[in-house]
Amino acid sequence: MKEKLQKIKNEAIQKMIASDSLTKLNDVRVAVLGKKGELTAVMKSMKDLLPEERPAFGQLVNEVRAEIEQKLEEAKSALEAKELERRLLDEVIDVTLPAKKNRVGHRHPNTIALEEVERIFIGMGYEVVEGPEVELDYYNFEALNIPANHPAKDEQDTFYINNEIVLRTQTSPVQVRVMEQGKLPIRVIAPGRVFRSDEVDATHSPSFHQIEGLVVDQHITFADLKGTLEEFVRELFGADTKVKFRPHHFPFTEPSAEVDMTCFKCGGKGCRFCKGSGWIEILGCGMVHPKVLKMSGIDPERYSGFAFGVGLERIALLKYEIDDMRLLYENDSRFLKQF
Amino acid sequence: MNTSLEWIKAMVPGLDVTEQEYMDAMTLSGTKVEGYRKLDADLEQIVVGQILKIERHPDADKLIVCQVDIGREEAIQIVTGAPNVSEGDKVPVVLSGGRVAGGHDGSVTPGGIKIKKGKLRGIESDGMMCSIEELGSSREMYPEAPELGIYIFKEDVPVGADAVGLLGLHDAVFEYEVTSNRADCFSVIGIAREAAATFRRELKLPEVTETGNGEDVNDYIKVTVKDADLCSRYVARAVKNIKIAPSPKWMQRRLAAQGIRPINNLVDITNYVMAEYGQPMHAYDLDTIAGKEIIVRRASKDETFVTLDGQERKLDDSVLMICDAEKPVGIAGIMGGENSMITDSVKCMLFEAACFDGTNIRLSSKKIGLRTDASSVFEKGLDPNNAMEAMNRACQLVEELGAGEVIGGAVDVYPVKKEGRRIPFEPEKYNRLLGTQIAAEDMLSYFERLELSYDKETNEILVPSWRQDLECGADIAEEAARFFGYDNIPTTLPDGEATTGKLSLKLRIEQIARDVAEYCGFSQGMCYSFESPKVFDKLCIPADSKLRDAVTILNPLGEDFSIMRTTPLNGMLTSLSTNYNRRNQDVRLYELGNIYLPNQVPVTELPIERMQFTLGMYGEGDFFTLKGVVEEFFAKTGMFEKPEYNPGAGRPYLHPGRQADIFYKGTAVGYLGEVHPLVAANYSIKDRVYVAVLDMPEITAAADFGRKYRGIAKFPASNRDISMVVPKEILAGDIEKVFDAKGGAYLERYALFDIYEGSQIKPGFKSLAYSLTFRGKEKNLEEADITGAMERILKALEHMGIELRK
Repeated sequence: MKEKLQKIKNEAIQKMIASDSLTKLNDVRVAVLGKKGELTAVMKSMKDLLPEERPAFGQLVNEVRAEIEQKLEEAKSALEAKELERRLLDEVIDVTLPAKKNRVGHRHPNTIALEEVERIFIGMGYEVVEGPEVELDYYNFEALNIPANHPAKDEQDTFYINNEIVLRTQTSPVQVRVMEQGKLPIRVIAPGRVFRSDEVDATHSPSFHQIEGLVVDQHITFADLKGTLEEFVRELFGADTKVKFRPHHFPFTEPSAEVDMTCFKCGGKGCRFCKGSGWIEILGCGMVHPKVLKMSGIDPERYSGFAFGVGLERIALLKYEIDDMRLLYENDSRFLKQF
Repeated sequence: MNTSLEWIKAMVPGLDVTEQEYMDAMTLSGTKVEGYRKLDADLEQIVVGQILKIERHPDADKLIVCQVDIGREEAIQIVTGAPNVSEGDKVPVVLSGGRVAGGHDGSVTPGGIKIKKGKLRGIESDGMMCSIEELGSSREMYPEAPELGIYIFKEDVPVGADAVGLLGLHDAVFEYEVTSNRADCFSVIGIAREAAATFRRELKLPEVTETGNGEDVNDYIKVTVKDADLCSRYVARAVKNIKIAPSPKWMQRRLAAQGIRPINNLVDITNYVMAEYGQPMHAYDLDTIAGKEIIVRRASKDETFVTLDGQERKLDDSVLMICDAEKPVGIAGIMGGENSMITDSVKCMLFEAACFDGTNIRLSSKKIGLRTDASSVFEKGLDPNNAMEAMNRACQLVEELGAGEVIGGAVDVYPVKKEGRRIPFEPEKYNRLLGTQIAAEDMLSYFERLELSYDKETNEILVPSWRQDLECGADIAEEAARFFGYDNIPTTLPDGEATTGKLSLKLRIEQIARDVAEYCGFSQGMCYSFESPKVFDKLCIPADSKLRDAVTILNPLGEDFSIMRTTPLNGMLTSLSTNYNRRNQDVRLYELGNIYLPNQVPVTELPIERMQFTLGMYGEGDFFTLKGVVEEFFAKTGMFEKPEYNPGAGRPYLHPGRQADIFYKGTAVGYLGEVHPLVAANYSIKDRVYVAVLDMPEITAAADFGRKYRGIAKFPASNRDISMVVPKEILAGDIEKVFDAKGGAYLERYALFDIYEGSQIKPGFKSLAYSLTFRGKEKNLEEADITGAMERILKALEHMGIELRK
């Protein structure tokens, strides 16, 4: 009997080894361990034995069964591993074939630049505010210390709607609107569209965007203005960028300055881009003129502030090396897709 | 403004800096130098040569062979084609190995042209004789130079000497950008004063000497200023026995560097003084002045006047005129009259140095359409205290140049003398504003160089009258800052109360709009705010539409930019059209921009600006693609209620059967549709175009970010499909309204899964099939829960004439 069991076991193992698929392996299981399997038949024959022989026989059969089952399990694992290996081999793809892209749209370069600027100033505690694009002459000029008949009014080539209403030539009127609300301290930037009657060409557009900044509080200094703008320019154009403050004149700030930064193309050595000077003019700024504070209802003896204005297109053109401003308003998808 | 450095150095004798150093330092102290041009940049080894002998070239008719003495042992031989030289002439000669700036035709070669020893038609030529153009200059600057040919020195100059120096070309012309508040810096003296302060050198102004003979000017002229509000000062002097002649070279050169063409001694003197002092001067032929009298008054209405350029000018009663006893002789501050102009035969001359009101001159000059050098100086607003000094300087030059005999005395009508301001000296306040610790003495030393004096008694700064820009403490602080150096001011960040950085809700929603549009394949465009009134016709907008009531620009760049847009459609369609014509395929664009809606036209108050979120596309996709984008956007802004679509708005620019106004909670928030084929054709697009316009103020009002978690369903769902035959005019939305109304609490959602129109269905009907999903939140649904709801739905549908397909 023992020999018979041994034989069944050996034959089963032989068959397992010969099995090259999970199906065949299963056939082996059924042939040996199934309801009509060889081992099951042996087990059934136990009833012919003497009762005292049965426990030992049963134990023997169970041992053989366990052994076969273990071998079956091993064979199955090995086969599965082999099959997986084969499948993976079959499934090799050419990863250099073209990607299937979702058609995602693109932001306008102006907006990308604007969001960068907003990110920097929001991080410094500035609120982003807006004002009307069609504006009262009062806010665009008079409240900014540009009285009627002031030559600066001509300099800015204004579009007029009537005597009192203009298309704003700058975002500075938002300064006045914010100050008039009387909530101090003020830390705002005001991006928006402005208009000047310049004919369209590669460097001019009758409509463009500015970002105005305004800080009003007690003890605000020109040094704070310098520090803030230096931080801003470095954040936007890179930590190595140097800035230079030059005295300038704006009717609504005093002292006033224009800010140059080192040319990002040549790093300040001088190239065609910066016309050999190594510097690029980037923004105008100054301490809010006491007259402007006063007109907006803020006591210039107690409070001081600084303001700055920067051209958004100027930043976008510089940062993305766009050589013609007209591209920004044509909306050619081949242009927009590059951003 | 352009000025030669040599002129500045004449007033700031200690100025010993390079051009670059000068440019940088001046710019940093507030006198911005735009650039400079070194006149001798490309001139090398150029000496005075004297032509000893001229022979014909044996093989060329047009060439001559010259032996030229250049002050060395041996003369050199030069072959030239110049027609104007003779033996004995002294000329500039560039030696071989030297450089000239350009060609004799006036063309400039960057880096210059190197001159080498060579042969011309077989004859050796060692160097070149130069024309003024080859020396990088022009006859404008050197009127004595011949039109064609070699420059010949008229004066006695040493052979072999530096010709460039003798011609005054070791100089540089600087271009300044003077800001509008610094009227005083539109003069050489003004710039020189800034240079002296910047480099801490002494300022040496021209010494104006006493002039005039024993006669009294009052015997020659009487001046009455009738409109003193427009003429704060009028100074007049007279000159007789005038001898018109060219002005000396030094004056010509300085004028030319300034960009002013030398003409003759009298004209040049007036221009010279205007450049030097910033005070325009005018000269009248005194013999043409009737009654020996000058009257300054406003013109009468509709007066006409012939200016010295021969043009007849129309005037009105706001224009200030200079008149004699009978007639006008000049437009004050703008241009003199033909009737009193200086001619070559002038014998006696009246000099005028006046101070006219800048604003009036600017407006008059605009009105008349005549802007002159003088008017553009007056516009800036002059210092009346400057007029007498300038006048005396001019007379001094008349005497020095021998241009005439100056009559003694001056007529000076100056009723109210302008005094300089006094501003309290508050150094701590300036330091507080600047964030600096500049010592008071240092500030005073900066001020002193600017001729701002300090009154110790009253602790006040005395501002000279030419510094009209200095009005208050902040102005004085800027003067301190400029000369302390902006770059020496420390850099700090504002301290004080912390503030929260943020975007407004409106801007946050715009950001979401951009994100959603871009996820859905739309790229951002930007369009102009102004457009042509013709776009309304292009968009087939009816003549009586309110959209045509637009804000109109009084002074547009042209009709195409003359009204503020009341709809974003033209911008979008124009952009799509641009892409279409450039054969870009499947284009999807969006724009966030304002429209401008006036409360009434003509405009009396600010128009309402409404931000519009506009989407437009052609190529891949259809109406429902765009509708999907709209609903994605709504979902991202927390607008979870179901929007309604009304197809009956009849917008004329959209396809009549493919458009819908969008309502959210009963409020119109925008519209979408296929662009009407006629409108698309007006924009040359032959494809189907779809647009959606969302009114952002309404979206902002409807947006809701108060999201709440609702729990994930625990119980299984049951589906019921219904298939219907529906009269064609009934909209899917109408059926869905029935589901919403009758579905009960367990109806979780429904979805259209089939729509069919065609031969299988009777005419006038369509087939729709929906799958309805029921689910209980708290329990497993029983059959009866669902059947009840389904019965209510089916009953309501039957009422609408809808048949169920079994």
